[in-house]
Amino acid sequence: MTETVFFYCFAALAVAGAILTVTMRNAVHCAISLIASLGGVAGLYLMLHAEFLFAVQIVLYIGGIMVLFLFVIMLVNLEAAARERQFHRSWVGGLLCAGGTGAMLAWFWLRGAGTLRLPPAVQPTPREGGNVESLAMVLFRDYLVPFELASLLLLVAIVGGVMMAKKRI
Amino acid sequence: MNFYLLTLIKMALTALVLLTCCAYAVWVERKVLAHIQLRPGPYRVGPHGLLQPLADLIKLLTKEGIVPSYANPFFYLLAPFLAVALALTAIVVIPFTPEFELFGVRTAIGLTDLNIGILFLLALSSLGVYGIAIGGWASNNKYSLMGSLRSSAQMVSYELPLAMAIVSPLLLVNTLNLREIVELQNGFHFGLLPKWNVFASPVPQALGFVIFLIAAFAETNRVPFDLPEAESELVAGFHTEYSSMMFASFFMAEYANIITICCVATVLFLGGWHPLWPAEYGSDLVPVVLLAAAGLMLLFHAAQAARRRKWDRFTFPVFGVLLLGLAPVFLIPVLKPVLIPFFWFVAKAGFLVFVFIWIRGTLPRYRYDQLMRFAWTFLFPLSLANLLVTGLVVALAG
Amino acid sequence: MLAPVTTAHYLVLSAILLLIGVVGILTRRNVIVLMMSIEIILNAVNVNLIAFARNLDQLEGQVFAIFVICVAVAEAAVGLGILIALFRNKETVQVDEIDLLKW
Repeated sequence: MTETVFFYCFAALAVAGAILTVTMRNAVHCAISLIASLGGVAGLYLMLHAEFLFAVQIVLYIGGIMVLFLFVIMLVNLEAAARERQFHRSWVGGLLCAGGTGAMLAWFWLRGAGTLRLPPAVQPTPREGGNVESLAMVLFRDYLVPFELASLLLLVAIVGGVMMAKKRI
Repeated sequence: MNFYLLTLIKMALTALVLLTCCAYAVWVERKVLAHIQLRPGPYRVGPHGLLQPLADLIKLLTKEGIVPSYANPFFYLLAPFLAVALALTAIVVIPFTPEFELFGVRTAIGLTDLNIGILFLLALSSLGVYGIAIGGWASNNKYSLMGSLRSSAQMVSYELPLAMAIVSPLLLVNTLNLREIVELQNGFHFGLLPKWNVFASPVPQALGFVIFLIAAFAETNRVPFDLPEAESELVAGFHTEYSSMMFASFFMAEYANIITICCVATVLFLGGWHPLWPAEYGSDLVPVVLLAAAGLMLLFHAAQAARRRKWDRFTFPVFGVLLLGLAPVFLIPVLKPVLIPFFWFVAKAGFLVFVFIWIRGTLPRYRYDQLMRFAWTFLFPLSLANLLVTGLVVALAG
Repeated sequence: MLAPVTTAHYLVLSAILLLIGVVGILTRRNVIVLMMSIEIILNAVNVNLIAFARNLDQLEGQVFAIFVICVAVAEAAVGLGILIALFRNKETVQVDEIDLLKW
């Protein structure tokens, strides 16, 4: 019961934040709505017993990426952009595409209402050392190569970010 | 006594103590700074300015809270609330004493016992930047905006060395639970040197501790890294436009952050409530001796005729007797298992708070580019090296 | 009484977030908002992955979510770098005003 209530609270926060993000005029308001949305998603992670991802979501997404966004928004002057129109000329087409995707998803959902057979949710097996340690075992043992590749990706991203943002190298 | 009642009482007590500590940290800071600069500091309200925090509070409460006409009112009002709420929340995971028996219930001073305590603290500290960033932006003032821009860059940069410095003691203790971290630092090398993480056996974390402290100065926006509110350049930085209780919230958040981060340093590096030397050599007597000495000194000064200050003749004996009366409390066997660890915890955290103030009285402010270069080209590589060496040694030894 | 939360709830939520993100990408002009919409979509993916990880009681879903966050970080860093370079040269952040291959 409490779990359901929490789910709907977090889900409402996530969806409302996302809607505000794509509709608000001022970019800072968008960013703060997105922070609320990410916070809601972080709460959902906690409900799904993913404590480590909850922390990662808050530290990296909310405390890292969104600060970067806010920083850039404050750095480039967006006041002129906030006064102009917010949706470009072909917004109807975009909305139609998105609506079409949504309709397709809903159609599949309704048609296959009985056929979506997820295996019944099992009780999470209590793992030694909790979520963090067991996740580390999987990440650093079974997925070590992707992990190293991800670090390479981040290195490329760092170099790319510096290249792009710096006036003169 | 049931669990919820106990928790409520503990919450109320913790909030009360923390807020009082924040208020008196301001007094201590002003006094210490004053004495460093050879002046007496606050002296007017109460004996030796002891009631100054109360006076400040009344002054701030009765002032008019101004919202500038070009500010964004919602975010302008949200920012100080956010800052103080996030700063005060972090205290809930700090364990102050070991568990003890109270009216048949096992409890401890400290609110919760999260098994992801460190991650929780990191998450909260990474959110702390928002109070400043949003406040500076919403004020719609170029100085505020500059302050918040600086602070977001600075706090994001210094969070990396902070996190890296936290990770290396975690490698030694192998848990994220703060209570377990403290409990694992129990014991002494050669029966004398405490097994705190600063002196841990395979790799002493002294370097990690220094990195943590430096990054903590930047995270709490203190001198020498107080660029977000650099008075000589930015008026008052991000809180230029704030007045009344909104300003007080920012102020309180800063001191709550200092207290929390000192507690975290104590837990992670300085062995929490474990004493500096073993109880066999009388470490339990330290609080008694300290309090008694302080009380006797006050009585001595009260008796001295050279003192000409009007109120000292009354206040010195009163406080002296109070301290002397407090000293034997630490000898009562029932209270000993609670009070002695609590004393050691508070002593260590208090010393770190004093170091914060000391440094403020000693060092000048960094320039902005120096600050950034220091973080990225020196502190971060150093913390990485520390982490790598610790990891290697732990892997080889374990 | 509310029905207990199942994995399907999370899937629907994830689909809703995805659609909102797509709408944002396809209709807004501001580059920063476009990038935020991408973040919404990536989050929708993460909700999906972790819901299935919980459903199947496996940790692989969470590992993949970590990789997704990695990609999101890289994307944000490079994207914001490009944005700053763009703003320096064109003085605009509206995507439909950036319509020349070379200037």
